[in-house]
Amino acid sequence: MDMPRGYPDAMSAASVFPALEALLPRIQKPIQYVGGEVNAVVGDWDAAEVRWALMYPDAYEVGAPNQGVQILYEVLNEQPGVLCERTYAVWPDLEALMREHAVPQFTVDAHRPVGAFDLFGISFSTELGYTNMLTALDLAGIGILAVERGESDPIVVAGGHAAFNPEPIADFIDAAVLGDGEEAVLRLTDIVRDWKREGRPGGRAGLLQLIAASGVAYVPSLYDVEYLEDGRIRRVVPRQSGIPWRVAKHTLMDLDEWPYPKAPLVPLAETVHERMSVEIFRGCTRGCRFCQAGMITRPVRERSKAGIAAMVANGLQATGYEEVGLLSLSSADHSEIAEVTTYLADCYEGSQTSLSLPSTRVDAFNIDLANELSRNGRRSGLTFAPEGGSERMRRVINKQVTEEDLIRTVATAYAAGWRQVKLYFMCGLPTETDEDVLQIARMAAEVIRVGREVSGRRDIRCTVSIGGFVPKPHTPFQWAAQLDHETTDARLAKLRDAIRSNREYGKSIGFRYHDGKPGTIEGLLSRGDRRVGRVILQAWRDGARFDGWSEHFDFDRWSMAVHTALADEPVDLDWYTTRERDHAEVLPWDHLDSGLDREWLWEDWQDSVGEHGVEDCRWTPCFDCGVCDQLGTSIQVGPTDLGLPDVGHPEVRVGSPG
Amino acid sequence: MRLRYAKRGRLRFASHRDFQRALERALRRADVPMAYSAGFSPHPKISYANAAPTGTASEAEFFEIGLAQMCDPDDVRLRLDAALPPGLDIVDVVIARTSDFAERLQASRWRIELPGLTPAEAEVAVAALLAAEEVIVERMTKNGLRTFDVRGALCAARVMPTADGGAACAILTVVLRQATPAVRPDDVLAALRSVAPSPVLTGWHTPPPLVTREMQGPLAETGSADGFALGDPLAADREADQT
Ligand code: SF4
Repeated sequence: MDMPRGYPDAMSAASVFPALEALLPRIQKPIQYVGGEVNAVVGDWDAAEVRWALMYPDAYEVGAPNQGVQILYEVLNEQPGVLCERTYAVWPDLEALMREHAVPQFTVDAHRPVGAFDLFGISFSTELGYTNMLTALDLAGIGILAVERGESDPIVVAGGHAAFNPEPIADFIDAAVLGDGEEAVLRLTDIVRDWKREGRPGGRAGLLQLIAASGVAYVPSLYDVEYLEDGRIRRVVPRQSGIPWRVAKHTLMDLDEWPYPKAPLVPLAETVHERMSVEIFRGCTRGCRFCQAGMITRPVRERSKAGIAAMVANGLQATGYEEVGLLSLSSADHSEIAEVTTYLADCYEGSQTSLSLPSTRVDAFNIDLANELSRNGRRSGLTFAPEGGSERMRRVINKQVTEEDLIRTVATAYAAGWRQVKLYFMCGLPTETDEDVLQIARMAAEVIRVGREVSGRRDIRCTVSIGGFVPKPHTPFQWAAQLDHETTDARLAKLRDAIRSNREYGKSIGFRYHDGKPGTIEGLLSRGDRRVGRVILQAWRDGARFDGWSEHFDFDRWSMAVHTALADEPVDLDWYTTRERDHAEVLPWDHLDSGLDREWLWEDWQDSVGEHGVEDCRWTPCFDCGVCDQLGTSIQVGPTDLGLPDVGHPEVRVGSPG
Repeated sequence: MRLRYAKRGRLRFASHRDFQRALERALRRADVPMAYSAGFSPHPKISYANAAPTGTASEAEFFEIGLAQMCDPDDVRLRLDAALPPGLDIVDVVIARTSDFAERLQASRWRIELPGLTPAEAEVAVAALLAAEEVIVERMTKNGLRTFDVRGALCAARVMPTADGGAACAILTVVLRQATPAVRPDDVLAALRSVAPSPVLTGWHTPPPLVTREMQGPLAETGSADGFALGDPLAADREADQT
């Protein structure tokens, strides 16, 4: 059935919980829909001038721990006159009942209908959440297409990494925020507040113009996309004067001024991360060419030692968690990480609190850190990410690790008492051949051989984990051809056979791989243009939901949808995925400024094919990627003179009293 | 220390595992000095009794904690209650002075609200159930399909009088003896359905019944007239503490 449309401002915000409550005994894991998390905030609806609903478009167990949403939730709720609540994707069992009983998409905090808010922000870490956005819009009674929305519907704002190319969802969103959200949501809030205070001049359209003109967010409906006959884009032009030709990303410069989340949420339901996280820096300058996260979050901005120590102590006190993760794209790269880990290990030695540092750096330093953090004896496993199987591939992707480095590092780990090592790789990288990938089998066997030798044990293991590479916007590989899923799968099968057939070492090597089909659709959604919106809508109508979950993803449904939706266009699935682009082609996201100079990216792409590497720009001279001068930003790394508090300081000492 | 807590409102949808996690974190936030088990991965000493099923509210759930040092029960109650989310409420705390606590949890009194069923219809079904010698129902458990004798575990059952005649919602009170495997309120509903098949009863799942454990404790020694009276299982500890 169709959901009721539009919620008039006053009566609309009543809790839908009574209606929802009757449905909860009939579904799986009802606890995920009831809210009530420790540190959740239920604001005063009537006292708020600007109301945000924030969504992570995946199941609660994945969405609730998301740092981005938790940060913005707290930042917004701290503002006077601002209210922010959260919502997550509902599973199909509840979706069906909500449709049957006309229960709209609701927030978990106060169970208010999402349609009653002023702004509806959705954070996309991955493109595979797009169909869940459509479900939420539909259940909320908000028009799925932006052009269908009424005056009282919320402004739908996309953010997160996927928003760096929002063109495939351009028809469904009203605006997209690029980059760090903290300041951007506050500026959007100001714009909406002023507009409401002034009596909503120009209505919804007037507000969108204000947002676009301010440069805070990209408003796709104010741009026209013109195409060439062969299907490529001719140009993207603003539809009116006063609208910027290019929209730039937001960059938060001083992390110590933004110690969020201060009081992380502690869900009652079980989630994928049963720990609290402290973000120790943003950005990464290693320059791995496949890595969109590393490219779009430049430059590196570190949190100070003292800032980290305080966030760990306060966060543990506020949550009661037993584990703290020191989070970032490449945590061992914090310039003062050795001091930080030693300090934290001293603070929590003898307590039940454990620390983890997600890092996949292939070097001995990484193992020193891991040893330090596992002083209390829990040595589960270590992960390293050489990413490319052969020395040549690693030059192509600029992952500067030699085979010798890898073997030496892994040997050190086994010698230090670690029993289990995970190795991450990618398949389908530009210029890759079967031979490049098959080298992984040889390398893994060598890892076990050396590991047995140095540890003197036969029960050591290594797991090879490998997935298909998906070229992403704003990276040097944005022009590259994606490997088709048939070849990807065939290559992975050869690798599996090569590992299994090793009599001597094969049994000690685990092999985990992801088949290539979801990667092809991810590739379509990552580098697609506005025409791909029709495909998303078609696939969603045909039942696509939770596409990031293999048990829900259906490749045939998507390829049928491509067929149907693009029947009248000179483009198809291959055109978007396996086609290499040339320098002159206008890319769908060229008018969106990630701070990286397009020519620099192109040269890096050319260097890549020529198998040249570049160094990390934190320690070596600048390579003019463009971020720092264009955005007026700079690299922020230690040493910081802010010292660490005493180990025994009562504010920091948390955990079990003996 | 022995603690009684309530699981109320929307938090009745918390499973027992959800509660365990929330409790361990709340104990840390509240700085309760827990004793830890020895061994490779030490965990706080907590033991739980007969948790009510997910989706069922309760006013009488119990658990015990081991402390590293003596604490004032009232202080623990206040701090722990403040650290737990509203809806998971610590209602009583005593120092454990007796050893037969588990044996005192002999039976539970459950309140079952059945929207969509009139008291008169419920009366018929309850009378039929009480008249039977044995009523066997089946339920899928973790260990496969099991059978339960509901009548055997049932000490008492009655339809509660409602103020307005309760045309739209019958309220039952039942007392079930603790047994292994445990007979649960949903088994009672299944039993009622099987002894008094009626077209009305099939409507019980929409809207679903609201079940609350009102009390859990020793059956009254003297056997009170109707068998509904249950004692406070923490009373013995409290008395021992005062003498
Ligand atoms: S180290 Fe490489 S893969 Fe990791 S975040 Fe940095 S650029 Fe990306």
